[in-house]
This record gives sequence, structure tokens and C-alpha cells, in this order.
Amino acid sequence: MLEVRLFATLRQGREKVYHLDAAGFPDGTAVLDHLHIPKEEVAIFLRNGFHRPTDTALADGDIVAIFPPTGGG
Amino acid sequence: MSRSYYEKLARIDLTAGTVAVEPLELEKAQRYIGGRGLGTKILYDEGVATVDPLGPDNKLVYITGPMTGTPSPSSGRYMVCTKSPLTGMIACSNSGGIWGAKLKHAGWDGLIVEGVAKEWTYLLVDDGEISFHSAEQYVGMKSEDMDEALRKVHGEKASVLNIGPAGEHQALLAAIINDKDRAAGRSGVGAVMGSKKLKAIVVKASVGHVTTLHDEDALKQATSRCLGILKENGVTGQGLRAYGTAVLVNIINNIGSLPTKNWQEAYFEAAEKISGETMAETCLVKPGACFRCPIVCGRIVKLNDGKVCGGPEYEPLWAYGANCGVDDLNAINVANMLCNEYGLDAISTPCTIAAAMELYQIGAITEADCEGVPLTWGSAEAIVEWTRRMGAGETELGKRMAQGSYRLCEHYGHPEVSMSVKKQEMPAYDARGIQGIGITYATSNRGGCHVRGYMISPEVLGLPQQLDRTVTDDKAAWAKTFQDLTAVIDSMGNCLFTSFALGAQEYADLLNAATGTNYTVETLLEAGERIYNLERLFNKAAGMKPEDDRLPKRLLEDPIPGGPSKGMTSKIALTLPQYYEARGWVDAFPTEETLRRLGLAE
Ligand code: SF4
Repeated sequence: MLEVRLFATLRQGREKVYHLDAAGFPDGTAVLDHLHIPKEEVAIFLRNGFHRPTDTALADGDIVAIFPPTGGG
Repeated sequence: MSRSYYEKLARIDLTAGTVAVEPLELEKAQRYIGGRGLGTKILYDEGVATVDPLGPDNKLVYITGPMTGTPSPSSGRYMVCTKSPLTGMIACSNSGGIWGAKLKHAGWDGLIVEGVAKEWTYLLVDDGEISFHSAEQYVGMKSEDMDEALRKVHGEKASVLNIGPAGEHQALLAAIINDKDRAAGRSGVGAVMGSKKLKAIVVKASVGHVTTLHDEDALKQATSRCLGILKENGVTGQGLRAYGTAVLVNIINNIGSLPTKNWQEAYFEAAEKISGETMAETCLVKPGACFRCPIVCGRIVKLNDGKVCGGPEYEPLWAYGANCGVDDLNAINVANMLCNEYGLDAISTPCTIAAAMELYQIGAITEADCEGVPLTWGSAEAIVEWTRRMGAGETELGKRMAQGSYRLCEHYGHPEVSMSVKKQEMPAYDARGIQGIGITYATSNRGGCHVRGYMISPEVLGLPQQLDRTVTDDKAAWAKTFQDLTAVIDSMGNCLFTSFALGAQEYADLLNAATGTNYTVETLLEAGERIYNLERLFNKAAGMKPEDDRLPKRLLEDPIPGGPSKGMTSKIALTLPQYYEARGWVDAFPTEETLRRLGLAE
């Protein structure tokens, strides 16, 4: 299983968390396509807590966290 | 010629009850820009570095920048510069709202306050007139009530800056509050105001703009270009307005760098409950903005009892939340409001409660010490009641906690429990999981602080470009540049948050248009470097030692125990020498050659 966590405006019209069958999602692009998230809306893509490009390869058990442009201080 | 400075400072002697108008030396102003830079220069030149911070010889400089109150974006900032009673070093606390813009509109670049009043006093700045008034009847009054009371006397349009009860009893964590919920929060500036028996400063201005701009058309153009960039940028255009800085809770937790239970852990299971997203879904009434700010990061929240008030930023959400193990958002909102009402630093106060909770965990603080409110991890009651006790100066332990975690932990024989640098509590990013921010913490001239070189921008948010948070490469040079640019922005009087979108060129354009200077990106950053080095000279004169540039042992020796950043420690021993080299410093202080290069040699 993959756990996909969405944050901030990416939650609008979507769930906060998805559990997806890892077999169908070889990389981040497949996840974004499935959830209809345009790549331009992604500012931070984390795989198991580390920044990765959105097309990074995924494996069973991974936690993916996706954030739109946002920040603070 | 008009130059966006009024070239006018007021020297206010509380002991003698006199006001003297002093010209601002234009050349000095331009070399140090204004605000933070100029305030530090005044204090340094007047020998304040060696005085007792709570004695009559310390001075409080309330100062604007050349951009403060102008049409440029997010220009409501003013600073309070003084010698900090918390760190014993330079303090420069920055606040927004409207007070700073009004001070400027009233025709002043800044106020230099010295001496000690005979009785509790407040000052009224009414355009060019400054008068003294008794504040005896307001003693003990909380900030918000004080704000309302003084605006009843001086009119709704007046803007009020004041200290609450915490500043009155000289709590070293006391802040200065303006416009009800904006704070010059850090380094105990409120305690200095209390030591001078100065309860408030009311400002009235009959015009609503700066009348001395150098080139109004050029400033208009530069401003509209900046507004365009801010609007287009995802962070400053929509992100901060929708979720405030609180959106960071989930980001920082997901990279396993959200300090939890006084930095014993770095991942908080219940983070979602105290996040910006949850706040927006539950208690957020509306966003709020400071003077002329298109970013609108402020939060107005509704408490469970129906009261509507200023809401917490990311820092207090983290510090009361994850750092105390608390997942009750309403309790955090209440505790944050108490910080505003009593006039307490909303970072150091909850961090000190977290340190007290660890002291309680290891048995150093006893049940009896707690007088009915045990300092247990996760206790919503504890964060609210101990904030109140610290603010009101109630109970032996509450009074001790109001002096900050360093003095508290040292008293109990466990200095290692204080997660502070230069005796000031570190903010919400674990420097084990994010290597560059550790350089900022260790070398910040005002002690543990994130806004002296916000390395989170490149290391986490990817602005202006993504750096790998786990490595040390190039971080020293990045930290130096961020520190220098930040010194510039603070000194100008614009909000630091504009720098998520704007770069050095935009700041140079704004400044040149307003003041008639010819700053380039290079000379502007050099001015920032000059300011940073001047602060360091102040600290040296104040008795700072090279070993004060250090992180708590826990960050070096105890690897993060779980979560995404499991196993990581800070590599500051590696980056600190690189940083000194980049700065032209030896053993934490600038060399003669560096001072000469920056025009700081005696
Ligand atoms: S970004 Fe936030 S803190 Fe800065 S000026 Fe705007 S509202 Fe105030």
C-alpha cells in the first residue's frame, strides 16, 4: 500500500489521505494523474519525509506527502 | 531634498521629563539604512553595550525604516532596539500592525527613550508634540484593555503600544504589544520598558502618508512591480492568506523536524489537530493584515467561549502544541491570547513551559512546586494556567519560569534541558533534520531565532531554490547571505515575508526610489553585512564569548529517535568554521580587515 497525504488547497475537492495499491503506482506522476493534481500545483513532494521530484519512483509502504506553494515563518 | 527620512529623532528622558529633538545624520542613516541597522548604531555609539539591561542607563530605541509607512508593500514595520535582559546582548524586536507607520506619519524616524520615570508613565506622540502622562491608574491592566482605555482618551484613530503585567514585573520573557495583538516579542524588550516605568506610547498622526519621498513616481512604479510579483507567487499571493504561517505545522512534521516534547522527539502524531488546515476548518474567523500588506498572514480566531481575538502563528502553535505534547487547538488559542494580554513572548513562554514539563518528567520539579496544576505532557490546562501565572507573576515557580528556560533549568541543576541559544529559546524547526537552520540559530546575534536568516526557505520550501536539508554543503554561505539580506529588509521597514517572492534587486529599487540612494544588489547586501557585523561588535562589547555561538548539546549528541529524520544530529561543528570563514571572522568575531572592508574600523 501507498499512503498519500494531501495538504492545504490540494484538499479542496479531494480527501486528506488516500491509501493506494502500490502495484498501480510506479511513480509520483501516476499518483498525481490519479488524483487529478496538475504538476504545477505541487511545490513540495515528499517521499518518506524527503524532498523528491514528482516523477520519483515509489515502492510499497511509502508515505507520500504533497503540498501546494505555501510557507510561513 | 526629500528622502523618506524625516531626519528627526526624539530623545526622551524619563528621569528629567524632557524631550529633545535631534537631527538624524543622513549619511549615517543611509549607511545603516534605518530600523534595525540604525537603531543598533545609535545604541553602539552611545555605549549601551556595557550597561545593566534593567538599569537606568539602558536605552530603548523605537525606530522606523525609510520604507515604514510608505506605499511600498507590507511597510508597517517598526523595531525596538535595546540591550536584552534575557541574553545580555543586542535585542531588536520587530513588529507590524499600524503603530510604526503612524509614528512615521507623525513625522518621526524614531524615539530614543532613556532614564527611569518617577511614577508609571505613558507618552503621547501627537504629530510633532510629545507629552508625558501618568499611567498609575493603568497599572496591572492587560494589553487589550489598555489599548481600549487609551484610545477612549485619545480617540479611536490613535494607535497604542504598551506592556502588560509581565513587562511591569520585569519578566525577562516580556514583550511589547501594539494594536492589541501585534508583538515586538523577543528578547525581553517588555521588561526594559517595565524597568523604565513606561507603560505605553500612544501615537496620533494627522496625515496618513509619508510626505518626504525622494521620487514618488519611481516608488509607485517599483511598488506596483513588487505587488505584481507578490500576487503571482503562490506563497505570498494565496498560501499565507488562506492558512497563515500555521500551514508549516504539517510540512515540518512530515519531514520529521517538528520538535516535540521539548525536543526529545521530532515527529508529533497529533500534528493535524493543531495545523493551519484544521484552524481554517474550525476556528478561523478571517485573516488579518498589517499596514499596507497584500499578503495578509494574520489570523483572527474564535475561542470556544465565543471571544474573537488574534490567533496563533506557526511558532506558538508548535511551541504550545507539539513541544508541550498538546493537541487541543482551543487551549493553544487561549494561551496565545494570554501571551498578548499579559505581554509575553509567544515563542519563549511556551518553550519555557515545555522545559518545565521535562523538568517535571525527570522529577526535578515536584508536584508541590506545581501548586495544583501539574506540568504533565499534553495538559491543556497546564499551558493555559502556567501562561497566566507567568504573565501575572504568580506562584514561586511561575515567577521563575517568567525568566526563561535557561535560568529555570539552571536553577534546577539541569541546564541541558533548556533548548536555547544565548539564553533565548530556539523556534520551531529541528536543526538536526534541517542542517542550515542550525547555523542561523548558533550565530544569530539575538540568540535562538529563525528570522535572522530563514534557511527554511531554501531547505524546506524550495525558495528561491531547493537545497537538500540533510547535507551541510554550501549552507554556511547561504546562511550568511540570508542573514545579510534579512538585516536589510528589517532595516528598511518592510515585512520579511515579502522575501518569499521579492529579491535583493526589488528591495534596492524600492529603497533607491524612496531615499535617493544608489544601492545595487551588491552594495545593498554589503550594507546588510555591515549591520550584522555591527551587531556582533555590540555583543563583543557586551561580553559575548566565542562559545556563545553554540547549539544545545541535545542537538549534537542525541539523534532524532523516530520519524522521517530518525538518526540525524546537527553537524554544526563542521559548518561553523565554514561560516566564520565566509564572514571573515576569527573565533566568532570580525577581523580588523573585515571591519575595514565594511567601514566599521575605529
Ligand atoms: S505578511 Fe503578515 S506579518 Fe507581514 S506585514 Fe503582512 S500581515 Fe503583517
